[in-house]
Amino acid sequence: MDIDTVLMSRLITAMTLGFHIIFATIGVGVPLMISIAEFVGVKKNDPHYKMMARRWARGFVITVAVGVVTGTAIGLQLSLVWPNFMQVAGNVISLPLFMEVFAFFFEAIFLGIYLYTWDRFKKPFTHWFLSIPIVIGGGLSAVFITTVNAFMNTPEGFAMENGSFLAVNPLAAMLNPATPSKVLHVLSSAYLACAALLAAIAAFTILKKKASAYHKKALKLTVTIMFIFAAANLLTGDTSAKFLAEHQPEKLAAAEWHFETEQGADLVVFGWLNDAHEITGEIRIPKFLSFLAHGDFNAEVTGLEETPEKERPPLWIHYMFDLMVTIGMALLGISFLYLVFSMVKKWNELNKWFLWSLLFSGPLAFLAIEFGWIYAEEGRQPWIIRGYMTVDEAATSSPYIGLMFFLFLGLYIVLGTLCIITLRKLFRNNPVEVELEKQYPSIEKGDE
Amino acid sequence: MSYELIGITVLWLFLYGYLIVASIDFGAGFFAYYAKISKKDHIMNQLISRYLSPVWEVTNVFFVFFFVGIVGFFPETAYYYGTALLVPGSIAIILLAIRGSFYAFENYGSKQSNIYMFLYGATGLLIPASLSTALTLSEGGFIVEKNGEVSLKYLELFTSPYSWSVVFLAIMSVLFISAAFLTFYAARARDYPALKLVRTYALFWSVPTIIASLTTFIALSQHNERHYEKMLDLWWMFGLSVGFFMLAIGLIYQRKYYGIAFISVMFQYLFAFFGYGIGHLPYILDPYITIVEGATHESMGIALIAAFIGGLFLLVPSLILLLRLFLFNAEYVKGKK
Repeated sequence: MDIDTVLMSRLITAMTLGFHIIFATIGVGVPLMISIAEFVGVKKNDPHYKMMARRWARGFVITVAVGVVTGTAIGLQLSLVWPNFMQVAGNVISLPLFMEVFAFFFEAIFLGIYLYTWDRFKKPFTHWFLSIPIVIGGGLSAVFITTVNAFMNTPEGFAMENGSFLAVNPLAAMLNPATPSKVLHVLSSAYLACAALLAAIAAFTILKKKASAYHKKALKLTVTIMFIFAAANLLTGDTSAKFLAEHQPEKLAAAEWHFETEQGADLVVFGWLNDAHEITGEIRIPKFLSFLAHGDFNAEVTGLEETPEKERPPLWIHYMFDLMVTIGMALLGISFLYLVFSMVKKWNELNKWFLWSLLFSGPLAFLAIEFGWIYAEEGRQPWIIRGYMTVDEAATSSPYIGLMFFLFLGLYIVLGTLCIITLRKLFRNNPVEVELEKQYPSIEKGDE
Repeated sequence: MSYELIGITVLWLFLYGYLIVASIDFGAGFFAYYAKISKKDHIMNQLISRYLSPVWEVTNVFFVFFFVGIVGFFPETAYYYGTALLVPGSIAIILLAIRGSFYAFENYGSKQSNIYMFLYGATGLLIPASLSTALTLSEGGFIVEKNGEVSLKYLELFTSPYSWSVVFLAIMSVLFISAAFLTFYAARARDYPALKLVRTYALFWSVPTIIASLTTFIALSQHNERHYEKMLDLWWMFGLSVGFFMLAIGLIYQRKYYGIAFISVMFQYLFAFFGYGIGHLPYILDPYITIVEGATHESMGIALIAAFIGGLFLLVPSLILLLRLFLFNAEYVKGKK
């Protein structure tokens, strides 16, 4: 029975977070895209970009609503599902949780203002300025909440005695070793995923209808941003790997199926484990794991054998890790090729192959975020606070947790479905050409 | 003043803030639905949607702020309330989720449907009812700890006159606060048909509100004598509360100074809410958690207070900007912008 409540507690949290991070990522990334589009629009006095900002903002509101309510859910669930965890860890992590709420508050206020003041100011830049607090607020909430997660991976800033925390230093807990690499990777991947999502929408419209000036501009802008953040994401991912090698070697070792500590360790890509726990069908890149982990092809990499058997993360996280990295590489490759093609006049960057692969990039980017989170979270099993408290000790003892799981499952199905229906209605019945004419009657028709 | 006391005071202030802004929101949902079934929706909807659209997210943050704050300042609450409130808390989350997201889906997405209006109205009453459970539990007697396991005594909760009187008071207050605000807002917007309608709502709901307050007082004396005695010592706070209530009703009845009338309603609840809260101390959950024993470490408490102050420097100007652009901008209120 005990095992059951723990398992259900884990499932309910995984489900809520898995659903929430889609919308949270949009909440962090899309404001930056809106802000950039409006800035370009105002600067160039180009109605197409201004319209982009408007239309993205309109869709954004719907996703924000789901993000807000699921965020509220996860906030409350932390105490409802993990009461023992919050009782202990609340002493150390409440500061960043609290600051996250402030950042969210700040964002909420300015989002309300931004959405309802499109034509209220004389100078167009005044309205654009209102988008900056939204970008900052969204980014900061990601930063603060990520420090909480980082703390759970590498807890610091306290002393422990008889199962409770003493001598708490809230700032040291926030600025724990995992914080910098995690924050950077979360932010860069959120911006990347949102750029990819908006690029996918533009690519989809061009594939379906003909390429209008509006959609071409949208595609060019979003793919450019996508390329920048895909490159940034590769760098921050590399920082994260180096961090893991030093501070959380068992997570890296489980992800790479690196069992024995050795110098010049090979990188294992893909493959699977057979019944005898041997790796088959893999691609081996000699000595590359050492290079990834320490920047030196002959460095020693700690293997999983160094971790007591009971404290090892599950080995299937290797698949999550590989999928995440592969998608990250693919996004960089596609956006890079698109930009090269668009610079050479003879080549057509709008050929079908590009558009299709860009169309897939959007959903893939979000899948990569899910895989990355699953990897990061499962990689610290069996701990909830690594080295201090296991997941079993933290879960609720309430027998109703199983029932709650299905209640929330139902809620997310309804929310997800309605969100998609609403977004489709919003844009399908209101194509951009019509809206451009209405808003800017002087504009020539956008189509060529 | 000790840091625990500062902490609970600030949190109480935020809960009070949530009580006011959420009541306006929840009550408006009910009135919108009621107006729809009584075919008066054309009068009400413009008024409600113009006010609520820019602020619904802010309302939600007040709530998040409170529960993150209480767990931060008093981590013990997570253990007791967390375990005991799993079911009522999850139901409240789901109701809030339905309300918040449907609000956006409907407002920005498509035309109003009857099912949505019903859910919007119904959640407006059910959410205050489910959230008020937490306050009821804090009086003690419903949460028990046996052999290190915390559980909620559902039968006692559902058969207690006190818990029902709190639910009743919560719902009546929501309707009254909301009607008083909408009266003020309609007057500012010079929307006379709407004003006529919401003014009658305000007058109508004032009667059950005051009855519910008295019944809750009496039920509390049966349930938790210590708290009741302490509240009697603070009689002047409740006296002031009743005084402001009379003033508000008087002004609304005479069709004068609706702004002052609404501010009086705010003071009415401020005094009652703080009188109740001060009487509750030193317990957060009677008898398990007191503000001193349940408080977090001093270093964290001080860091949180510093974050409060820093955060308020950021939030207060932003909130003033929001209010000036929407609530107190005569042109916007009248629907010209």
